[in-house]
Amino acid sequence: MDKNSNIYTFLFVGVMVIGIASILAFTSQTLKPMQKENVKNEKMQNILSTIGINVSREEAEGLYSKYIKEELALKIDGSVNESLNPFSEINLAKELKKDYKNQHFPLYVAEVESEKYYIIELRGVGLWDAIWGYISLKSDFNTINGVSFDHKGETAGLGAEITKDWFKESFVDEKVFNENGELVGITVLKGNNDPKNQDKNDHEVDAISGSTITGDGVTNMIKERLNNYLPYLEKLNIAQL
Amino acid sequence: MDKKNTKKPSFLFIGRSDEPILSKKNRKLLTDPLDDNNPITVQVLGICSALAITVQLKPAVVMTMSVIFVMACSNVIISVLRNLIPNRIRIIVFLVVISSLVALVDQFLKAYAYDVSKELSIFIGLIVTNCIVMGRLEAFALGNGVWKSFLDGIGNAIGYGIILIIVAFFRELFGAGTLWGIQVIPDFIYEEYGYVNNGFMLLSPMALITVGLIIWIQRSRNRTLIEEN
Repeated sequence: MDKNSNIYTFLFVGVMVIGIASILAFTSQTLKPMQKENVKNEKMQNILSTIGINVSREEAEGLYSKYIKEELALKIDGSVNESLNPFSEINLAKELKKDYKNQHFPLYVAEVESEKYYIIELRGVGLWDAIWGYISLKSDFNTINGVSFDHKGETAGLGAEITKDWFKESFVDEKVFNENGELVGITVLKGNNDPKNQDKNDHEVDAISGSTITGDGVTNMIKERLNNYLPYLEKLNIAQL
Repeated sequence: MDKKNTKKPSFLFIGRSDEPILSKKNRKLLTDPLDDNNPITVQVLGICSALAITVQLKPAVVMTMSVIFVMACSNVIISVLRNLIPNRIRIIVFLVVISSLVALVDQFLKAYAYDVSKELSIFIGLIVTNCIVMGRLEAFALGNGVWKSFLDGIGNAIGYGIILIIVAFFRELFGAGTLWGIQVIPDFIYEEYGYVNNGFMLLSPMALITVGLIIWIQRSRNRTLIEEN
């Protein structure tokens, strides 16, 4: 057959594409369970790390069921949707794209040595792509116990530093509500007056130089996501009164 | 091509059957890209990934291994198919072969080496656009036997990887005081002598400068690389 003819070219392309597509589809299907398992364990690992429990990915599953006492899927009005599994059925990235009336937000309640912690999932945008994480609040629903951040494609050595311990530790013991009970969140701020972060009531942490936009992303992400939990918090307070 | 090379090829076009598997010529295919014809320092290809991936040693090593796999396989596949590929769409065929191999590497890393795949996530895509891979397919695999192409792919990938690893070694050592994520510069040097990690090493300009220094050292040692003028 003439190798330069159009028919040969089309035949070649057809065979090649079908062959390669089947190989890729087969591999992807075979490896999918393992990949899903990795993603799930990593999520558990991240949630646990906000309450100070650092485990390897393999051990995460056992400890998760030990410490996480409640998983709640909250509707936008603060009521709980019992029919939804917040861990596996809420994908915050997709949730935020929905009409706000149909949105659900996951809330994890952990108990460590009879101390109660509320863990909230975060998601926002950094400089290049999505950033996300978890924030755990102590039982007063105000003081931060720990945070965990991750990102898709922030600049290595700059924005990507938000995953480092020294940055995450600066959030610990900061408050998200001010004295008047208004939600202020935490501002990641450059050149603040408190670079050593000793003032835990200023709602500010020191930014990473060279990553202003990622830092602003973290600020917005915390405030916007916490805002979604205010209705639930109101109900909780009323119930306690 | 001269006349004796047109001899009928042996099974699967593996090469001329009268040639030993590691003849001097074949050995040269493997060793040439390490020094005299290094893809990064001599041909100045693949620079973008060399900047992006060399902040730490570990991703550099993983990137090297992935590139070795992708280059060896794609060179072999293209070499096997070299008499079948229609000339007009050869670049498209290269791209399809490389990107499917990269997709395979990515899938396997996600399943078996999840942490590594997270670190490499964007750089995995960089292999597709790595001009070294494309360049070797076009310049070598399309005109040579399977065994020779395999050696050529391995050789060039190692030549690329060596430079990545050297650059990453110095950037991680001076930039963060660690190697492979483990602290190697002891605490007392920081505390008693006031030593500070050079954060600039972590930014991409220092990768270029490090590559430049390597080129300088290589050229001062290897006279064959110096141009007449």
